[in-house]
Amino acid sequence: MLLKTKDNERIIVPGVPADLNDIQNGYKSMSQKGSIKVKDLNFYYGTLHALKNITLSIEPRQIVAMIGPSGCGKSTLLRLFNRMNDLIPLTRVEGEILIDGVNIYDKNTDVVSLRRRVGMVFQKSTPFPKSIYDNIAYGLRIVGIKDRHILDGTVEKSLKRAALWDEVKDHLGKSAMSLSGGQQQRLCIARAIAVDPEIILMDEPCSALDPIATARIEELMGTLKEDYTIVIVTHNMQQAARVSDKTAFLMHGQIIEFTKTTDFFTKPSNKITEDYITGRFG
Amino acid sequence: MVSYQRSCGSDQMKDVIHNAYNRTRTQRFLWNNAMVYILSLCALGILCILFLILFHLFVQGISSLNLNFFTHLPKPVGETGGGMANGILGTFTLLGLAICVGVPIGLGAGVYLSEYADQRFAQTVRFMADVMNGIPSIVYGIFAYIVCVLPMKGFSALSGGFSLGIMMIPMISRTSEQFVRMVPSQLREAGLALGVPKWRVTVDIVIPAALAGITTGIMVALARVAGETAPLLFTAFGNRYWQHSLTQPIAALPLQVFTYAISPFDDWHRQAWAGAIVLILMVFLINGWAQFYVMRRNRWTSGK
Repeated sequence: MLLKTKDNERIIVPGVPADLNDIQNGYKSMSQKGSIKVKDLNFYYGTLHALKNITLSIEPRQIVAMIGPSGCGKSTLLRLFNRMNDLIPLTRVEGEILIDGVNIYDKNTDVVSLRRRVGMVFQKSTPFPKSIYDNIAYGLRIVGIKDRHILDGTVEKSLKRAALWDEVKDHLGKSAMSLSGGQQQRLCIARAIAVDPEIILMDEPCSALDPIATARIEELMGTLKEDYTIVIVTHNMQQAARVSDKTAFLMHGQIIEFTKTTDFFTKPSNKITEDYITGRFG
Repeated sequence: MVSYQRSCGSDQMKDVIHNAYNRTRTQRFLWNNAMVYILSLCALGILCILFLILFHLFVQGISSLNLNFFTHLPKPVGETGGGMANGILGTFTLLGLAICVGVPIGLGAGVYLSEYADQRFAQTVRFMADVMNGIPSIVYGIFAYIVCVLPMKGFSALSGGFSLGIMMIPMISRTSEQFVRMVPSQLREAGLALGVPKWRVTVDIVIPAALAGITTGIMVALARVAGETAPLLFTAFGNRYWQHSLTQPIAALPLQVFTYAISPFDDWHRQAWAGAIVLILMVFLINGWAQFYVMRRNRWTSGK
């Protein structure tokens, strides 16, 4: 089992073949991992055709924002990247999603290890009913890491990375539920990065937060981008404009436009996009 | 505004409505107050019944309730004094055994129904559990007699605990299913999104999140079977002495209360009352402890 504490240090946990983990966890320093390619993707909830012929490509260590009116399928698309929609009965996927060149909807995909590589932060903060420390350490404990040094180190590093460390370092044993909404959301981000993913999916992470907490999360995303690919679904067009490198605009389950964010908001090539971002509908 | 007036018709019609409204005003006022009054009497009724029961128990039994009652064995017929120490310990032993049977199966079934089972199957099992809840407790006693006492060739604490335990299964399964179901699905998704296998999400996240409710359910079930007499009649059987192993007949408070209450001796009657008081106090303590635990647990999970 490989684990990265500092940038070039590798800790080998005995008992797990290292090369297997290189493949599964995608040891990042070897190459820039975290690319997503979607090819001719169609998705159905029962008979409802929710996503139509989606094709897009996301490069590693970028922030991609997905915007669009309610019900356009942006959250559905996001949840396909870590196969979260598998949990919903009667859903069907056609087409391919390649993460680092491997189709995640292949029959042989190990969904659990896929989700370790593709972390997720939800709209509503979801701290586990455990202490702050245990929330972060849980993802590591689950794979059998018991070494106190590794756990302590990862908890501290992840909380620092999520800009929460200074606020909680003196009471790591307290219930995670005692944190404020913004802190809880940063805790969830820390928890997601503790397992060292390649990609972080964010489903409207700031919609329940006040502007100050939102600003902190946005700032955090800017620094996380150095290490992770981030895909964010947001209702807030200003947020998309502030944080993202590229923006995808979805409507009725189709991608209307997907370009660099600066171009997207200044010279949209599509009339519908222009109408949407200028507030003529939506 | 214009369209509102148009839809309401003429001023004349409005007057009719207004007058009707004013005419019924006193009546409405009276009914309203009368209903509140009647409902509050019903609520008061609960308190009255509880207080009357407690009052009678204390008046009749308090004279026999002393330290000896908790520390001594029953005295032979004709001698006064003595206590129900073996019955008190026996009840705790039986409850312990019942927990060993009822909690794992009940909780397991509840979690399975909420987390894994398909809805048709869950619906069926839920219905069966409700039927089981309605089965008279003496039937559980007969059942335990056939499957436990007869093969073991004798009354025993084990078969008593078994009969109480199977009574607890449907109650615990229903409450734990309900509380596990109430855990927000986002919490499950958050666990799964972290790359945690489903069974670990269930054990580490979902059950702890529902623990307060599950515990309450277990305590309520425990408090209910603590006072059961009928299933113990042909299983635990009762014992006037300390029992030395779980395969022997065992004393239990409700059994002893029953035996003493139908005896012809005044002293035994008083002891029966005292036994009833202790039984009720036990149920109070179990419920009170459950409440306390839930409050503390909620403080932890809601972060106060």
